[in-house]
Amino acid sequence: MFNKSIREILDDLAKGEYSSREITKSLLERIKALDPDLNSFITLTEENALASAEAADKARSGGEIGSLCGVPIAHKDIFCTQGVRTSCGSKMLDNFISPYDAHLVQSMAKAGVVSLGKTNMDEFAMGSSNETSFYGPVKNPWDTERVPGGSSGGSAAAVAARLVPGATATDTGGSIRQPASLCGVTGLKPTYGRVSRYGMIAFASSLDQAGPIARTAEDCALLLEAMAGFDSNDSTCIDRDVPQYSASLDNDISGLRIGLPKQYFNGDTNSEVGKLVDQALTALEQAGAKLIEVDLPHVELAIPTYYVVAPAECSTNLSRFDGVRYGHRCENPADLEDLYSRSRGEGFGDEVKRRILVGTYVLSAGFYDAYYRQAQKIRRLIQQDFVSAFDQVDLIASPSALSTAFKMGEKSGDPVEMYQEDLYTIPANLAGLPAMSVPCGLMNNLPVGMQFVGRHFEEGLMLNTAHQYQKRTNWHELSPEKFGGQG
Amino acid sequence: MEWETVIGLEIHVQLKTQSKIFSGAAVDFGQEPNTNACAVDLALPGTLPVLNKAVIEMAVQFGLALNAEIGYRSVFERKNYFYPDLPKGYQTTQLDEPIVGQAKVKIELEDGSEKTIRLHHAHLEEDAGKSLHEDFAGKSGIDLNRAGTALIEIVSEPDMRSAEEAVAFLKKIHSIVTYLGISDGEMSQGSMRCDANVSVRPLGQEEYGTRAEIKNINSFRFVERAIGVEVERQIDLITDGGTVVQETRLYDSDKNETRPMRSKEVANDYRYFPCPDLLPVELEESYVQSLKESLPELPDAKKKRFCSDYGLSSYDAGLLTQERPVADYFEEVATECKDAKLAANWINGELSAQLNKEDLEISNSPLVAKTLGQLITRVVDGTISGKQAKQLFETLWTEGGEVNQTIEAEGLKQVSDSGAIEELVNQVIAENPQQVENFRSAPEEKQKKMFGFFVGQVMKLSQGQANPAEVNKILKVKL
Repeated sequence: MFNKSIREILDDLAKGEYSSREITKSLLERIKALDPDLNSFITLTEENALASAEAADKARSGGEIGSLCGVPIAHKDIFCTQGVRTSCGSKMLDNFISPYDAHLVQSMAKAGVVSLGKTNMDEFAMGSSNETSFYGPVKNPWDTERVPGGSSGGSAAAVAARLVPGATATDTGGSIRQPASLCGVTGLKPTYGRVSRYGMIAFASSLDQAGPIARTAEDCALLLEAMAGFDSNDSTCIDRDVPQYSASLDNDISGLRIGLPKQYFNGDTNSEVGKLVDQALTALEQAGAKLIEVDLPHVELAIPTYYVVAPAECSTNLSRFDGVRYGHRCENPADLEDLYSRSRGEGFGDEVKRRILVGTYVLSAGFYDAYYRQAQKIRRLIQQDFVSAFDQVDLIASPSALSTAFKMGEKSGDPVEMYQEDLYTIPANLAGLPAMSVPCGLMNNLPVGMQFVGRHFEEGLMLNTAHQYQKRTNWHELSPEKFGGQG
Repeated sequence: MEWETVIGLEIHVQLKTQSKIFSGAAVDFGQEPNTNACAVDLALPGTLPVLNKAVIEMAVQFGLALNAEIGYRSVFERKNYFYPDLPKGYQTTQLDEPIVGQAKVKIELEDGSEKTIRLHHAHLEEDAGKSLHEDFAGKSGIDLNRAGTALIEIVSEPDMRSAEEAVAFLKKIHSIVTYLGISDGEMSQGSMRCDANVSVRPLGQEEYGTRAEIKNINSFRFVERAIGVEVERQIDLITDGGTVVQETRLYDSDKNETRPMRSKEVANDYRYFPCPDLLPVELEESYVQSLKESLPELPDAKKKRFCSDYGLSSYDAGLLTQERPVADYFEEVATECKDAKLAANWINGELSAQLNKEDLEISNSPLVAKTLGQLITRVVDGTISGKQAKQLFETLWTEGGEVNQTIEAEGLKQVSDSGAIEELVNQVIAENPQQVENFRSAPEEKQKKMFGFFVGQVMKLSQGQANPAEVNKILKVKL
């Protein structure tokens, strides 16, 4: 039962093969048995899950039901869930029980999903390895000595280990796509403004975007349909109809123009990864796509730009965690200054502190023009690069990550090396474009992912292309042996 | 040495919106602490601001009323600092691209002279909550009801040269925001607050002196007094060989002095940057135009109309149009009694004095406009004399009642019946033969002076109730 996709579960539930309660219970058991090895969950909400599964079964037996009625999923612990701890992977919020649901959580509940719990993540979504979580690192189910990527490492690992068929996640610089790539699952970061950010704890407001991680493009389409849509509580959310992505998956992709940025395909990429991506592109060519070289002249500035913009925004977004109204407060503060410095000093981990410091620095008087303003200019140049490229092509392809999953501890001592992990993923965030990662092979029995970047609001075309690819390959069907897969 | 005072004002005006500037929580004063604060106001994790469009409308109206440059594109920024009553750890405000740009504001001084004060800009921002330091046994309480209330901050150039000018500018702004109905402008309740930047320099010197900022002055009178004592302090300080320090000071109205506020140990770097949660506000020309067309009549235009339509003096019209409720009151009185000049005299004189004495707003006057209008009508038609009218005014003020009934009840009617008056005149002439003799033999220019004696005697005899015009007429014939 655990090895089913969301599409299969929906079909089975419709046919009455099993109930939502049955699959929910079985997955909860599986999580309890296997997750101690992975640490992909921070909180398991067993009672709530069974109650909503029963409600879903009842709903299914009579009348109209949501599009995902009875489907078990998990939410990244960055989304506020009413009555349930919402920690954001931080000691700061270890005691925070949210009094409200995030917009995404609400919309998915309306679609009928059954949430099994909250998945582990890098603290405040800052990290590429899931090692910065206050709740301990998540392990990669393909090799538990390796990282699952981050920051949505818990969601990616849980899907890869078949603990849940799908999970929500967020992506500020690659936090959906890089862990999806490292765990061999499919992950999609939608266009900025496609999914409401209300109730999603902010890291970098102008870059953050929620999206799904699942086994297949088809499942991602089903999940995105439930997540996307206008929300008047988020001023940056765009009022635009949500297409039925799952209905256009079988469109013919012949004639599709896929752009290959020359900056990424110059022979320097890790050869094994490059070879696997090339093979994937060949498969797409056979399906009728055309490969065209494109130029993204400023894309090489993406990482430094990102590491000015994102910390700047996070440095002020995280000011609200001050120990005054909720969250961690130090013992016996001597005065206000002490309350602030010790509450924050104790509540935040090193990576979060590092980014707050960097962000504070780049916004300071005398440095603003040199860093923040300059970064905004480069950001516009990168956006312009994509606009020009999309005059010639419909999608842009590249590897999702530099390489396969690395060993825990391997990069955690060198933040700058860790930041390189997001080389391929960051540009889409800076440009607000939709992007996804699709499994395209194994290297030493570790997954490799291929990335697509699309035009604004063209998630449909991306999902269609990914689905066509997955119809022709079986990389997305592989799962780690240790977790019941065929490896 | 002769000194010149230089003043610039920063005026915070609370906008009269139903809900807060970035959340749906109600704006309603005097409620239990933290009952008007929603998830957004508490800055719960994951919450986001949504701009209240009413705020934009009010700010644009304000800009249009001053004929200011309108910021067709304005941007909200974050001003970062930590304080317990600032839940997000930053205040959302505007800096480089405010909604209202430069303007020239004309003020009129008591001697009738005019002066133009330049507006630097006006921007929108959110208010903070309140820290309560009493009643918590060594701890502080936070009330976030006020957090997120919409403010427009109006910043002048340092163009004022006296406390009087500063007050006149403040009153002008007060008058405009209340005319527009975008604020109740209650300084005592904090819905309008004023910070004054004050410096002095030797007369003729071009550079400004070092300024001190006096914070949160909460009445027109205190603005005048605070600036007065601060100027004195600075001049004394410099004369004694000291130097003025740039600092924030507080005005203590009980002691009538300014003193430094507890300064924060570190100079703040607010790290302003555009708020990524809010989009820039872009205004359509047609939107601004439609607001322009729907602006109410503003003080200057109303004053002009009062002069031309009612024949009032510029001084009277100025007094009447400073506050909209007074202007409305005047128009109602004038319509009722059909004598605008008398109406103006009564309102600027008797009524205004009485209101001041009892510290009342015109909207709370015991005499409503219609009543005062009826009272004046009775003066105009000769039913009561001016003196009786004052008596009547006092009775109505203290006891209330209807004009005609009170005239009857108090026996205030003046006697206009010519027969009755003739009898009184005859009596006076009979009782004062010597004066009559003197009058009749005096030359005409002297007679004028002596005539008053007889009028006085007749009035006295009538116990003030005779109609003086009628008395004059009959006396002239009889003498």
